[in-house]
Amino acid sequence: MPKTKSLPRGVAVVGAGMSKFGAFPEKNSRDLFVEAFKEMTKSVDKGLDPSVVESLYIGNFSSDQFEHQAHIAPILTDAVGLLPRPAVRVEDACASGGAALRQGVMAIASGMYDVVLVGGAEKMTALNTAQVTEALAAAADVPFEISAGFTFPGFYAAMASAYMHRYGMKSEHLMNVAIKNHDNASHNPYAQFSVTIQKWMEGRIAAAIKKGKPAPTWFTIWDFLHDEAGNPTVAWPLRLFDCSPVTDGAAAVLLVAEERMREFTDHPIHIIGSGQASDSALHDRPELTAIPAAKIAANQAFEMAGVTAKDIRIAEVHDCFTIAEVIASEDIGFFAPGEGFKAAEDGVTARNGAKPINTSGGLKAKGHPVGASGVAQAVEVFKQMRGQAGERQVTGDVPVALTHNVGATGSTCVVHVYERRN
Amino acid sequence: MEIPRHWRLKKQRYGLVGEVCPHCDAKIFPPRDVCPNCGDEAKELYTFSGKGEVYSYTTIYEAPAGYDTNAPYTVAIVKLEEGPMVTAQLTDVDNDRVEIGMPVEMVTRKMRNDGDERGLIVYGYKFRPR
Ligand SMILES: [Zn+2]
Repeated sequence: MPKTKSLPRGVAVVGAGMSKFGAFPEKNSRDLFVEAFKEMTKSVDKGLDPSVVESLYIGNFSSDQFEHQAHIAPILTDAVGLLPRPAVRVEDACASGGAALRQGVMAIASGMYDVVLVGGAEKMTALNTAQVTEALAAAADVPFEISAGFTFPGFYAAMASAYMHRYGMKSEHLMNVAIKNHDNASHNPYAQFSVTIQKWMEGRIAAAIKKGKPAPTWFTIWDFLHDEAGNPTVAWPLRLFDCSPVTDGAAAVLLVAEERMREFTDHPIHIIGSGQASDSALHDRPELTAIPAAKIAANQAFEMAGVTAKDIRIAEVHDCFTIAEVIASEDIGFFAPGEGFKAAEDGVTARNGAKPINTSGGLKAKGHPVGASGVAQAVEVFKQMRGQAGERQVTGDVPVALTHNVGATGSTCVVHVYERRN
Repeated sequence: MEIPRHWRLKKQRYGLVGEVCPHCDAKIFPPRDVCPNCGDEAKELYTFSGKGEVYSYTTIYEAPAGYDTNAPYTVAIVKLEEGPMVTAQLTDVDNDRVEIGMPVEMVTRKMRNDGDERGLIVYGYKFRPR
């Protein structure tokens, strides 16, 4: 294992914003990125003259498949008026955004640039569900995993069944994660599903009555979540509400060298730890109940930052599926192996809990435009750490936070640690 | 895809042929010419017994194109007797009878129903209870 490096120069986030996440037939990734860029610009306390941006790193998984448009980095750079700045598309499947952020951090830490725009964008809903499934499947080992008839819900379902077998979790436990993340997203106006599961269920009942159909007999959300009509099985033991949606969206953060941060804000957020690791296909791992690359990336980031999991106040983790959040909460050291599902059940990871996870609503309810998700995680911790998260603001200080971004089944994982110093 | 690679891939599909490392004796699947255990070159072919057990599994209800006529079907990560794990579909078994630790053996079966028209691999290994 390579020795943990320290950042040769401090890096600060001074602006962060995201587009509304959702399904937008009228918008392409350029429109979404412009929206995110404007939101980011608005968030820079002392104003931003865009011409100070020196370089761009843009997370995008597959505009080629989703929009028949490759070479997206210069196109998005043009869309936000930043030509002729160098721009690179960063692709690490669903961790593309986190990997782009890490590239931006390294570009500044190295001394190469002082001001870098990190973005992420993905326009996914122009394809139908089967086509999206096929496009995402390309992030797995195609000849040796996908050819067997596996899907991404299937991979995480296999992790879930291994976890249930090993730790005695029931599939019902996973519903706690979905309920919490929808509750958080109901306070996030940028989320794809700004709605609790309770409201969702009531909407379904109302729609049935309006159509003159028999109203479903769901008295509680647990009735709804246990009913195949409300919450169909996708890949046992995972059901629809265990899965993140297909999403259009973009996000952007402005990174600057610490020595120049006061030009932009008096309330910067420092990136003090960055870790990334790679791994094999799922079948080549020593265990399925953890994501080894996540543990490695988290430990790298912790060592670089000089903190431990105890110091982390909130985390945005990669909950592409509910089981992924449970495993992530263990991989980043919030809970011991086999304890994550109990913590979710006990409300420890709720907004008012001891270890809040995914206050934004997570990938599950905020939405998962794959290349943008890792950047949107940074947007949420930026807001929470500066006390700007509105109705979903956690109580008390957030001096240290973490983001955890996974590519595919964990073949890539990127972790960052953030600090507020004033 | 270059012809030799394609030919080898086909061989693996039908026969579960991997590699054995001449340096540390690790059995390797899928083959990759570099031993994941010791890092040395490993190009010697090795035919697996095809016997193993279910390490984990899921039943797919929302199937991808080409697999939908079989749905729901169960896919598993199978731990082979010789050590490596493979990803494969289960066959000749009711979905609700599958459990972790179940002994299975390899058989060759049709993989997907749109293989011919799309030029994709049609036949390959699946596992059934033994
Ligand atoms: Zn070897």
